[in-house]
Amino acid sequence: MNKFPAWKYALLIVALGLGAIYALPNLFGDDPSVQISSTRGFELPDEFPAEIQRSLDGINIESKGIDFTPQRLLVRFESTELQARAADALRERLGDEYVVALNLAPATPDSLRAISAEPMVLGLDLQGGVHFLMEVDMDAARAQQLERFVSDIRLVLRNSGIRYRSVRVDRNDIVAELRSPEDREEASRIIARDLPELTLENRDGSETYNIQAQIDETVLQELQQNALQQNITTLRNRVNELGVSEPIIQQQGANRIVVQLPGVQDTAEAKRVLGSTATVEYRGVDEQNDPYEAQRTGRVPAQSRLYFDRQGEPILLSRTVIASGDNLVGAAAGFDQQSGQPNVVVTLDGVGARRMLEHTTENVGNRMAVVFIEHRPETEIVDGEEVRTTRRVEEVISAAVTREPFGRRFQTTGLGTATEATQLAMLLRAGALAAPMQIIEERTVGPSLGQDNIDQGFQSVIIGFALVLVVMAVFYKLFGLIANLALTANLVLIVALLSMLGATLTLPGIAGIVLTVGMAVDANVLIFERIKEELRLGNTPQTAIRAGYGKAFSTIADANVTTLIAAIVLFMFGTGPVKGFAVTLSLGILTSMFTAILGTRAVVNLIYGNRKRVQALSI
Amino acid sequence: MDIIKSNTAINFMGQRKLAVVFSVVLILLSIGSLSLRGLNFGLDFTGGTLIELSYSESPELNDVRSTLTDAGFAEFTVQTFGSARDIVVRIPAEDGSEGGADLSTRVLEALAADNAGVDLRRVEFVGPQVGEELAEQGGLALLYALFGILIYVSLRFQWRFAVGAVAALVHDVLIVLGLLSLFQMSFDLTVVAAILAVIGYSLNDTIVVYDRLRENFRVKRKGTAIDLTNLSINQMLGRTLMTSLTTMAVLIALFYFGGEIIHAFAYTLIMGVIVGTYSSIYVAGNAAIMLGVSKQDLMPVEKEGADQPDTEVLPERFRQG
Repeated sequence: MNKFPAWKYALLIVALGLGAIYALPNLFGDDPSVQISSTRGFELPDEFPAEIQRSLDGINIESKGIDFTPQRLLVRFESTELQARAADALRERLGDEYVVALNLAPATPDSLRAISAEPMVLGLDLQGGVHFLMEVDMDAARAQQLERFVSDIRLVLRNSGIRYRSVRVDRNDIVAELRSPEDREEASRIIARDLPELTLENRDGSETYNIQAQIDETVLQELQQNALQQNITTLRNRVNELGVSEPIIQQQGANRIVVQLPGVQDTAEAKRVLGSTATVEYRGVDEQNDPYEAQRTGRVPAQSRLYFDRQGEPILLSRTVIASGDNLVGAAAGFDQQSGQPNVVVTLDGVGARRMLEHTTENVGNRMAVVFIEHRPETEIVDGEEVRTTRRVEEVISAAVTREPFGRRFQTTGLGTATEATQLAMLLRAGALAAPMQIIEERTVGPSLGQDNIDQGFQSVIIGFALVLVVMAVFYKLFGLIANLALTANLVLIVALLSMLGATLTLPGIAGIVLTVGMAVDANVLIFERIKEELRLGNTPQTAIRAGYGKAFSTIADANVTTLIAAIVLFMFGTGPVKGFAVTLSLGILTSMFTAILGTRAVVNLIYGNRKRVQALSI
Repeated sequence: MDIIKSNTAINFMGQRKLAVVFSVVLILLSIGSLSLRGLNFGLDFTGGTLIELSYSESPELNDVRSTLTDAGFAEFTVQTFGSARDIVVRIPAEDGSEGGADLSTRVLEALAADNAGVDLRRVEFVGPQVGEELAEQGGLALLYALFGILIYVSLRFQWRFAVGAVAALVHDVLIVLGLLSLFQMSFDLTVVAAILAVIGYSLNDTIVVYDRLRENFRVKRKGTAIDLTNLSINQMLGRTLMTSLTTMAVLIALFYFGGEIIHAFAYTLIMGVIVGTYSSIYVAGNAAIMLGVSKQDLMPVEKEGADQPDTEVLPERFRQG
């Protein structure tokens, strides 16, 4: 007798049922849709969906539905034609404040989405898009930091009236040359007090008394990490402008950034936008004149310039720049220790600090503003020719009253919410002097190739699958058909697991699935051959089945574990698409053990297990 | 239906000297080809730029070349890719590679200005430093996989088997690399993945034979190591051929329908499955025998009172002399 306890059947049914449900979303395809988000990454207001609905009603375009989160709004349409019309209309209506991007949203029914069943994520090689690997030039970042400390040391020495011969960068260190041992002692004391990030050492020059200063390794690493983070922030801002629906911007290793932009087809445009620059400027507010009048009459006082803030309100700022992005060392959002209000703490370098101190000493009670300046590359069509220009966009992002004189470090409060503080800090960092970055790897897949890859991958899965089904049915008859059932279940489970894990399906990933299909039947082949052998030895069919499954098990386990080792190594070392191959191969090995051993046994038991007398097996 | 007759008794180990000669010759040829011709390293490892373009009508390759020369490109190759309408432009890595990523843009602009029906299919740019890293990682991956397998097989079987299995793997990898070198197939990251899959596959085959060999060593009273190896290989022959058949079936589907990008990958695996099947029959068992594997090595530690395994008599056809 070959019978399974009920719980094994239950386990199989539950596993296959769940598998089927979570594999299901892959069958529904995509809705053409329009995605709207804020250009600056702000949250969308709650009444936004209703507003968009009204706009669409106004132009008689019917949507399939609106999905709303504070980060983005997604409107689905029946056809790409409606999608394009709606996108044009919305772009015109919403203006520069919002990014309106075309997107393909999975058309998963709400009931499935409610249990977070989502379709597989397609890799860039399947849906088309751009992959950049960028490297931040850490040598340049280090050089920037050294220069910054040189000017800081000069400032500290000058402020305390110590005369020096020179302060300069010497390879990875900073050397300050002083005229007397007394000066040196005094200088060491003051530098150590004001610039604790430096390790000081006395060195004697030929005629001078030198201090050799080194930046602490931990500080340096922190500075480099900041440089990287700053570049990531800047890239995020840029990518927002491209209106990419699901961008990925991630740190990789110590000095690299991965940028993946699915669906972007114009790589030249993407590179231009990613390469655009931004800076910030601190300027005093002209409180004597009326900005509204200046806006109305067009007459701006000679010492001032007319700016606008984010709400479009005019403001008059002094023509003199107090400090710019080059002077900005850091900006971090946090909370004021006394009032508990959200704040942004800004750190300037020596030069910026000195000018800031001069300005604030004279301007207590007046406002100071931060202007965010972007150089956006744009392409315009003039007389049928493409003309590339950079547009300078200026915007006042903050204007706050100076309560007391300050220099190197100061905080901005009165920001309302913590989100606002974070956004201000983000913009300040984006405008700070950035370490240069370079694209060291690019992989672009055009949309037509992506579709071809999907089609070809799908085709090879189907054909390979069909071939295996035929071979198994021919060689193992009824048992072959049972193995085919298991293979089908295996395929469903792989797709379900890939969908549940949110793993990215790539072309090599599909190759991994195809290979799994070919190799997954191995377990059944082993079992069936063993059953045949046991039958030849004269065992009864029931015994043969039991012995076949029992004896083949350790072989299958050993064989699969070793393949799994190879797949895991591949996963650890592989990058990008190759990783996808390792993922599908490993998943396939695991699921095939389940379906090929437990699954087929269950069916075999159902067919043969209850019979008292089995004359022969159809194998 | 049986893929082989049930009473097959091929004297594989009788031909083992011949097999050794055959394998040694193949390995020498592979090493020869690898050292003389080398591998045709793809962009992933050499660095450089590759641009695949699709034209609405088959372009004249010479026109494309002259357009690029006019646009100021000196070193490049243009080839068709898959069909006559698709072309691939390859530009080697520049020294220093400053602004290398802009190359693709410039190429596309030059060619699009000349012919409106150009569609960008794919751009790959790999900076030289990335190429070096990828090569290093690929090599490390192969080494770690072999090492991990050595440990696992030693734990599960015995060191002689582990060495035998790894010998079979090194044999397979060398010969597949040799074939890639001989036919100058493009060697890129997907091929490294394929070679690791070959390792997994070939090992699978070897383990299955070893597993049976271990079982036979334990239950059969009589028979030399050679007899038992022969018996085990014959017992598993049906399975070995069946699995090779199904795997080949999917690989051929992948080769013919998977598209140009997956070609080298499928090719490598097809070679690997053929070599792997051969090696699990001739190399793995042979290596274990040559290392002097014996019954005592595999006997389970006897526990007092524990049942002894059933013993069977070796069938007549496997007894030698």
